[in-house]
Amino acid sequence: MQVNENFEPVIVAFCCNWCSYAGADLSGTNRLNYPTNVKIIRVPCSCRVNPMFILRAFQKGADGVIICGCHPGDCHYTSGNYFTRRRITLLYSMLDFLGIERNRTRLEWVSAAEGAKFAATMQQFTEDVKALGPNRRLEDLRCRKQ
Amino acid sequence: MQRIGVFVCHCGTNIAATVDVKAVAEALGHEAGVVIAQDYQYMCSESGQELVKSAIREQKLTGVVICSCSPRMHENTFRKAAASAGLNPYLVEVANIREQCSWIHKDIATATEKAIILGKAAVAKVALNTPLTSMESPVVKRALVIGGGIAGIQTALDIAEAGFDVDIVEKNPTIGGKMAQIDKTFPTLDCAACILTPKMVEASQNERITIHSFSEVEDVKGFVGNFTVKIKKKARFVDETKCTGCGLCTEKCPMKKVPNEFNMGLDNRSAIYIPFAQAVPKVATIDPNYCMMLKTGKCGVCSKVCSAGAIDYKQQDTIIEQQYGAIVVATGFNPIKLDKYDEFAYNQCPDVVTSLELERLMNAAGPNGGTLLRPSDKTHPHTIVFVQCVGSRCDDEKGKPYCSKICCMYTAKHAMLIREKYPDTEVYVFYIDVRTPGKNFDEFYRRAVEQYNVHYIKGMVGKVTPKSDGKIDVQASDLLANEQLHINADMVVLAAAIEPDKTARPLATMLTTQMDTNDFFTEAHPKLRPVESATAGIFLSGACQGPKDIPETVAQGSAAAAKAIGLLCKNSITCNPCTAHSDELMCNGCSSCEKVCPYGAITYIDKEFRMPDRTTKIRRVASVNPAVCQGCGACTVACPSGAMDLSGFSNSQIMAEVDAICK
Amino acid sequence: MNKNLKEQVLRSSGVNVLKCMRCGKCSATCPSYDEMEYHPHQFVYMVEKGDIGTLMKSESIYKCLTCFACVERCPRGVEPAKVVEAVRLAAVRQQGGNRLEPTDIPALLDEDLPQQAIVTAMRKYAK
Repeated sequence: MQVNENFEPVIVAFCCNWCSYAGADLSGTNRLNYPTNVKIIRVPCSCRVNPMFILRAFQKGADGVIICGCHPGDCHYTSGNYFTRRRITLLYSMLDFLGIERNRTRLEWVSAAEGAKFAATMQQFTEDVKALGPNRRLEDLRCRKQ
Repeated sequence: MQRIGVFVCHCGTNIAATVDVKAVAEALGHEAGVVIAQDYQYMCSESGQELVKSAIREQKLTGVVICSCSPRMHENTFRKAAASAGLNPYLVEVANIREQCSWIHKDIATATEKAIILGKAAVAKVALNTPLTSMESPVVKRALVIGGGIAGIQTALDIAEAGFDVDIVEKNPTIGGKMAQIDKTFPTLDCAACILTPKMVEASQNERITIHSFSEVEDVKGFVGNFTVKIKKKARFVDETKCTGCGLCTEKCPMKKVPNEFNMGLDNRSAIYIPFAQAVPKVATIDPNYCMMLKTGKCGVCSKVCSAGAIDYKQQDTIIEQQYGAIVVATGFNPIKLDKYDEFAYNQCPDVVTSLELERLMNAAGPNGGTLLRPSDKTHPHTIVFVQCVGSRCDDEKGKPYCSKICCMYTAKHAMLIREKYPDTEVYVFYIDVRTPGKNFDEFYRRAVEQYNVHYIKGMVGKVTPKSDGKIDVQASDLLANEQLHINADMVVLAAAIEPDKTARPLATMLTTQMDTNDFFTEAHPKLRPVESATAGIFLSGACQGPKDIPETVAQGSAAAAKAIGLLCKNSITCNPCTAHSDELMCNGCSSCEKVCPYGAITYIDKEFRMPDRTTKIRRVASVNPAVCQGCGACTVACPSGAMDLSGFSNSQIMAEVDAICK
Repeated sequence: MNKNLKEQVLRSSGVNVLKCMRCGKCSATCPSYDEMEYHPHQFVYMVEKGDIGTLMKSESIYKCLTCFACVERCPRGVEPAKVVEAVRLAAVRQQGGNRLEPTDIPALLDEDLPQQAIVTAMRKYAK
């Protein structure tokens, strides 16, 4: 694939309200820079992220999706992030089936104290997605014009 | 038709320096449904809020988007402002263009572009917001304290003091717990019974406190403010209301060879017994494992001597069902079993005892009437070796990985008491570290060394060998002298690690509270919420949460009481309205959601539905209790039919945000 | 301090010396304590410091009976006997050819030699 130097990927980040969203705020408070490509959506818990949302993002033109939650064992809701971990693992096989590179989806644990980790993770993820190039769009066959 | 207002904050220069706020307002003004888009210096200020309020009134807004700092900062501020202007507070959304945009980006063009996209996502979401109302759930003004040790007693007394009814459930025939077995307390050396028994009496006489002794919690249902608890009152074969506690039955009972658990099995009691003289309630209990009448039907001596006619051999277990607003767990601790530590010869030699056994041996109400004698031959011990950290700080399956916290101090206490009462006794303490953080604690330990000449040796005992002459050979290392010692001892005292009571784990399951790998209850926050469990309405008191000494236990008991009182004071509690709800027409009753709910908020009800052909059909559908649901959303993803959705973060709302960002 | 030597000892013993909490129970339980210049707890500590050359020169590495009492009793699961064995192995490797043939043993036996020592002699010298 031809690497386009000017390619700016669209990246959706789902952050849980209690750890990762606060971690993202902290990286802001500490003025830690990460690419503007990342747009954050706040969810109560990483387990609120329905794999459907991720597929929808890819369908609508996202080049990467990252899900951030509390570290295992630290979930505000006791066990939510364990569900997330399993669901995302399963989603990977579906993405393989769909022909979307695994590396376009990532699950990361970021605590409310890890502003630096949040910024570094976003930086890295953006670079990785950039290297992968633009995503092919998922297309709903029912919507195809005859 | 949506009428959305967008308000972009400059935050001084915090946002305005890197984001062209006017451009943001301009761009968002063209979004569908947006009727007004303004920017202002400080949105959170009084006049900024007034701007929002007047726009809501004048423009008859149906939704508000504030582009400003993190919603974690000012979401509540703007919700309150909206509510005061007559707009449902949950129709306000905040786009985070400070922490997640202006502060992290330097290039104005790209930062502005990102801010516009974040604003668009918020507009797309708010268009789908629905007005939400916080539910009110009533609070039953009664508390349950599980465990009647010093933690439970303190908690119950404090709650009763505040004017609420409290029930104490204690599994033993008397309240008092471990503290009742202790002789003296560190670092003041005052008598434990002298300070505990008045509190026990106070608890029994307080008209707001009901003590269910010899009882256990069978089942817990419900949620914060409204728990339904089943308590099993075990049959004690004595009518509590009639028994006067005279103790005649215990004297006359012919079955006297029952190991006395109150004295750690160091002496015997009768089959009908009162654990100790100051027991509360002072009521006899028959031990069905030893009573001849209950086992063979022949005896009945206690029934004959009881002038009150309190003996009832036909008594059955009874179940009490009661409603509570708050539950305090105070299940306490036990010393671990030392069966697996062969090297210390605990099972082979009666003169190797645990510290709690020594406590009874030295107690005036103990088996020897307060004279310290060797259990084997009732002679005075002249050399006593204390071994610290037996089972504590262990990395293997035999022991516990944590420090039991209290052993250093009670060993110093024992050593000091022995040296004071029997100055001819040599006392050796083998320690790894002496841990004495606490008020007057290190001074106390130093007094044991300097004033009482207790031999503290840095090292560990490797092997304890009982000898044929009745002495005990203690082989140990002295790390500072770099030598191996052999001490010819008369007694060895093992500072056994402490562990949570065995009843704690099944209880945690009933209460849906969390435990750590060591079976200690987990607090809601290790620093800031140390006496609450993560489950609303369940509080933690004493050593069930972690090893603690008496003052800490009492402090935590009172803290837990304060938290429980705070809850009981309310007539009703406001619940977070962002909870899950199920679309009954789509729900197929599969139970997937119930399995993932960490709070047990989902139950199933049989509901009648009208079918298209005018017949009715009864179907099983999920029903979420909004008072229990905390709004994590695990169920919404687990639901295979898409019936479950989360208010405030609904599927369509999040999808709309995704669409807006990816556009 | 020889870093490679330390790594070799740690690798061949499979022991994490950092788990030691310095209680000295290994030395308290050691039947061969008085025979040893360096005691089990010192082996663990000196390996942690990387001072392995000193241990390799000491007679102590041959005095260990490999009875595993210290391994059995260690509350932290450090396994000091394996550390001693690893140091011994390092010494043997360095010297080379320091082998005891089973046929040599009968001549070396005497009445006071405990059974344990014969068994461990095989382990020690026949590596």
